[in-house]
Amino acid sequence: MTLAHAGPVVEARHLAAGYRNAPVWRDASFSFEAGECIAVLGPNGAGKSTLLRLLLGLLRPLAGTVRVFGEPPRRGSARIGYVPQARAFDAETAIRGVDLVALGVDGHRWGVPLPSARRRAARSRIDEAIEAVDATAYAGRGIGQVSGGERQRLLLAQALVGSPELLLLDEPLANLDVAKQSAMAELVARVARDRGITVVLVAHDLNPLRRVVDRVCYVAGGGVLIGSPEEVVTGPVLSRLYGAPVEVLIDSAGRRFVVGLEEEVVHPHGGADVGHDHHVGGH
Amino acid sequence: MSDTTTTWGGTEMAAAGAVSATFGEGNAFHWNLITDFRQMWSFTFFQHGFEAGTVVAVVAGVIGYFVVLRRSAFAGHALSHIGFAGAAGAVVLGLDPLWGLLVLCLGAGGVIGALGQRLRGRDTVIGIVLAFSLGLGALFLSLYHGNDANEAVSILFGEILGVSASDVLLTLAIGALALGLISLMFRPLLFASVDEDVAEARRVPVRLLSVAFMMTLALAVAVAVQVVGVLLIFALLVTPAAIAERVTRRPGRAIAVSVAVALVSTWLGLAISWYSSYPVSFFIVTIAFVLYLLVRLAPVIGGSRGARPAPEPVDVEPSPSIG
Repeated sequence: MTLAHAGPVVEARHLAAGYRNAPVWRDASFSFEAGECIAVLGPNGAGKSTLLRLLLGLLRPLAGTVRVFGEPPRRGSARIGYVPQARAFDAETAIRGVDLVALGVDGHRWGVPLPSARRRAARSRIDEAIEAVDATAYAGRGIGQVSGGERQRLLLAQALVGSPELLLLDEPLANLDVAKQSAMAELVARVARDRGITVVLVAHDLNPLRRVVDRVCYVAGGGVLIGSPEEVVTGPVLSRLYGAPVEVLIDSAGRRFVVGLEEEVVHPHGGADVGHDHHVGGH
Repeated sequence: MSDTTTTWGGTEMAAAGAVSATFGEGNAFHWNLITDFRQMWSFTFFQHGFEAGTVVAVVAGVIGYFVVLRRSAFAGHALSHIGFAGAAGAVVLGLDPLWGLLVLCLGAGGVIGALGQRLRGRDTVIGIVLAFSLGLGALFLSLYHGNDANEAVSILFGEILGVSASDVLLTLAIGALALGLISLMFRPLLFASVDEDVAEARRVPVRLLSVAFMMTLALAVAVAVQVVGVLLIFALLVTPAAIAERVTRRPGRAIAVSVAVALVSTWLGLAISWYSSYPVSFFIVTIAFVLYLLVRLAPVIGGSRGARPAPEPVDVEPSPSIG
């Protein structure tokens, strides 16, 4: 891994994010260190995806500063790999998994791909990325004909093929059954460890990620809180963040369950109810 | 599309007359197809139809892949209807209908492309605009020589045998431009079509591509209307690509299959019409439809052999909502 600067991979100071005059969260100061695996948690609409869009340079901060690799984020950075929320493809879609992964190499280039030395070199990188996510068996099938978990792995391979140093994953565990959630979490952790990649992973549920995350970035109630799962996912801390009474139950296996959150949670700043899906963080 | 008057089978036939511009009463079938083909080729309007039809089939076959991939079939349909008003307007002004088609299709393509996402799910709005365009076209045609039904029929259902030499050149120029544009934006368009979020993050200009693709589609629609008309545009712009995606999942091969199907439909349609008195566009549309039925039914008839792998169930499991 080559890091041009010695500091944290992501650094935010008094950062506010949102759309026009409606901040989703504000005054967030945090940093993600190289090689860390960070889980971004929080209710729907709290601004988890908004955080990723800021880091990708698709959204400007409303206030404060954010630095990625020591610089303001900019679109098209080859150092960042991104996997958005999964979308379904029609069964007939005439694109194979391997074609999807190949777009990660040269999808942004103009023109038709022609046979060349560069193309052959790319081919081996594509195969290598597909192998790294254990997708070789089904990469040749149509993208609409693989399962949700398989598609998620192919999208991960697409992000990896550009040799990123920072990986942003938006709900990679959504729509997977419990067994596949753990498998996906282990895979991300393994790949990131092998390649020294910093991972920021948006999730709904901490439990399948328990063994792989280093720290938790909790986005709720118009604020952002970062720390170890044991520090952050506790009743008193979350109650303060939400501005509403929240309880955290811990079972014998160490799994944490957040309870006491009704559908409607009053937004302390905007006054909007974050329990409702009002797309502040969506796209 | 309307400057040839041709003698055919002893009867004088105005190629502009839509219905009559089939091969008259039809010719007897001979087993020596080469002789038949030589005879067809001796008529310039057949040559022109063949040349224009070939260009259109290639262009429509290639662009059709993206039309199907991007699910913009309805946009293509709307463009052709809006083009109808342009073609009819050009007839009133005494211009080549192709120019009218081109101008209105490009304008509408630009608007649809610029609205992009905001137009998604706005089928009613598109429908209202295209109905109005058809009505406008009807008005223009009634202004022209009272009410020339032939002209209307030729725009609505295509008039490949009425294509003039200058139309062939114009079709070739427009077709080459459309193919050039598609080749230029091939990879980023593919990226934006399957994975818009990642493409945007990778600095692919998704909005610009949306407009550029719609304008390119407008070019393809304008030339394809000559062959199959406003109402049958799907047969060349959607059916071949829909057949292709059932045959192969490789983008390159899918485009090749799509072009091949469009070419076979057009060439066979033209050839069959030589022996019959029915419109060419009917044969083109029917061949494309039969091929579509064949690829849909092939897995059923062939059992598991040759069938596509059945799509696996997508994992759907509600995760316990925590935090």
